[in-house]
Amino acid sequence: MLHLVVCMKQVPDSREIRIDPKTNTLVRQGVPAIVNYFDLHALEEALRVKDEHGARVTVISMGPPSAEKALRQCVSMGADEGILVSDRAFAGADTLATSYVLAMAIQKAEDEWGPVDIVFCGKQTLDGDTGQVGPGVACRLDIDQLTYVEKVESLDPVKREIIVHRHLEDGVERVKARLPVLITALAELNRPRRAGLPGVLRAARYQPIVWTTNDFPNMDRSKIGLRGSPTIVSKTWVPEPKQVNTEFIEGDDPAVTAQELLGRLYATDLPQKLGWA
Amino acid sequence: MAEKVPKRKPMVGLQPEGDVDWSSYRGVLVVVEQRSGQAKSVSWQLLGEARRLANRLDAPLMALVMGSRVSHLAQEAIHRGADRVFLCDSPELEHYRTRPYSRVCLHVIRTYKPEIVLMGATYTGRDLAGAIATHLPTGLTADSTMLDVDENRLLLASRPAFSEKMLATILCKQFKPQMATARAGVFEALPRDESRTGEIIPVPPQLKPEDIATEVLEFLETTGRVNLEDANVIVAGGRGLGGPAGFRLLRELADELGGVVGASRAAVDLGWIGHDHQVGQTGTTVRPKLYFAIGISGAVQHVVGMQNSSYIVAINKDPQAPIFKIANYGIVGDLFHIVPAITEAVRRRKAGAGEPRPTSAPQTV
Repeated sequence: MLHLVVCMKQVPDSREIRIDPKTNTLVRQGVPAIVNYFDLHALEEALRVKDEHGARVTVISMGPPSAEKALRQCVSMGADEGILVSDRAFAGADTLATSYVLAMAIQKAEDEWGPVDIVFCGKQTLDGDTGQVGPGVACRLDIDQLTYVEKVESLDPVKREIIVHRHLEDGVERVKARLPVLITALAELNRPRRAGLPGVLRAARYQPIVWTTNDFPNMDRSKIGLRGSPTIVSKTWVPEPKQVNTEFIEGDDPAVTAQELLGRLYATDLPQKLGWA
Repeated sequence: MAEKVPKRKPMVGLQPEGDVDWSSYRGVLVVVEQRSGQAKSVSWQLLGEARRLANRLDAPLMALVMGSRVSHLAQEAIHRGADRVFLCDSPELEHYRTRPYSRVCLHVIRTYKPEIVLMGATYTGRDLAGAIATHLPTGLTADSTMLDVDENRLLLASRPAFSEKMLATILCKQFKPQMATARAGVFEALPRDESRTGEIIPVPPQLKPEDIATEVLEFLETTGRVNLEDANVIVAGGRGLGGPAGFRLLRELADELGGVVGASRAAVDLGWIGHDHQVGQTGTTVRPKLYFAIGISGAVQHVVGMQNSSYIVAINKDPQAPIFKIANYGIVGDLFHIVPAITEAVRRRKAGAGEPRPTSAPQTV
């Protein structure tokens, strides 16, 4: 049976994060924690493979104890197991340290449930926004990576071949790779399912497996958490709100309004930048 | 049920072994991205910015060109500011694939030891940079929009954070090279200077069979699909369009302006247009020269994805819509009348039948 791993992160719904206008700091209070948007698409694709070919789907998340809720949501959708890799020592990890811990956890999952055939990740997280963890995990596991996938065209578990469509700025690339492989998912990949009643019932009493540093005897402490993170945030600031003096174009006749707008656009540097004659 | 897992080679390590002498790392390296021998414009933009950094560091500016039949790009990189170009030209590099490109990049970085490595924050650039930074290992900052160096030769890479609500400056003090990807359209390319001279150093690919196991079957160029990332003009619509038919009006305007159609998340969620048109946090972040927000109220999740457009025109029937706060030009009214009128006005102007041009306007390119 195929073994699929989905890497998932619980993130603050950053759409809800506001800047306190007085202190210029982030207001995180009351911001809901959600399963990272793109990870839902990663999970959905794993579940589709499970539906079609039969597979074990293991969801792995590194995060605080509260991320259990996000893992339960994944189980409610159809994941077989949810693993929370959680330890204070992991705190402060950048993408390099995160990919190390996730790769260690995936190897441990292989020890428990057999070799992994496909690792699914979201293309990036809503809070970190880097898209670097997926490639980092693939690199550490020494497997091929297929990033920004918008379609899985075919999967042959016997020949161990997968063909996917990768999204690029100027087109789509059809790529064939051999399993095992790591895929990062775009939102175009699929439409995540809603949990059915059996899933919801199972999730309600499901207790995610928790792994701490003690579960990884070979883990190199210098590679995790803050210590294992080469990048540091030296400062953050709120950019001055764009000062825009909105010029309103008024009038009852759309044709006149349109002419007026064009006149103003032509008076800027746009004609030069866009090559308008 | 557990099958035995074959023992893997030890994983990539973080701590530099022993006392690493980072002082031998010098200069700035820009990885040039190309397809079919055509360089991405972000590569030349990065070379322009990297030239400034290299001058401040009093260090050479290097470029790495990889691909098949791409030697002309090595010369071009010199015209665009590079002092020294590494050229790896091999049929196996025809299409970008992570492993062979990583192999070449790692070889160049380990041999020539740049202190800073920059790439475009494109799909390919992010794919490659993530792999390389893990292999080296070193710190990598994604999606930079500001780059600088300080007196200790540290790279100050600043990037938007928390849905673009904040900016964060990221440093990598312990390791070299310091790596960053940078967004397209932020930095200025240098004017092409054919009198510039530089050195071109051929690099052998030295690939292993397992490097080329992944096969690019074909590349389907965008036709009918949107390329928001590279668009100079975006005509975007939201809930105010009232349905999929409204997007036809936008497409006509976009076609006249040589632009593409974008959409807010609301319109995409309603199924009026495909997700690949979506601008905003869970869609694409854009910075075109001209952005039309039509029937879009201006939810934060949309605004963060387009607020850095050079000029924003907002058309909405609600004068209180937040989108007007960031718009350069605002029109309050019925988009179904106004948009076709703008399309028509553009058409007439292009045909030379428009009203006399305003005298203050620059008339020529």
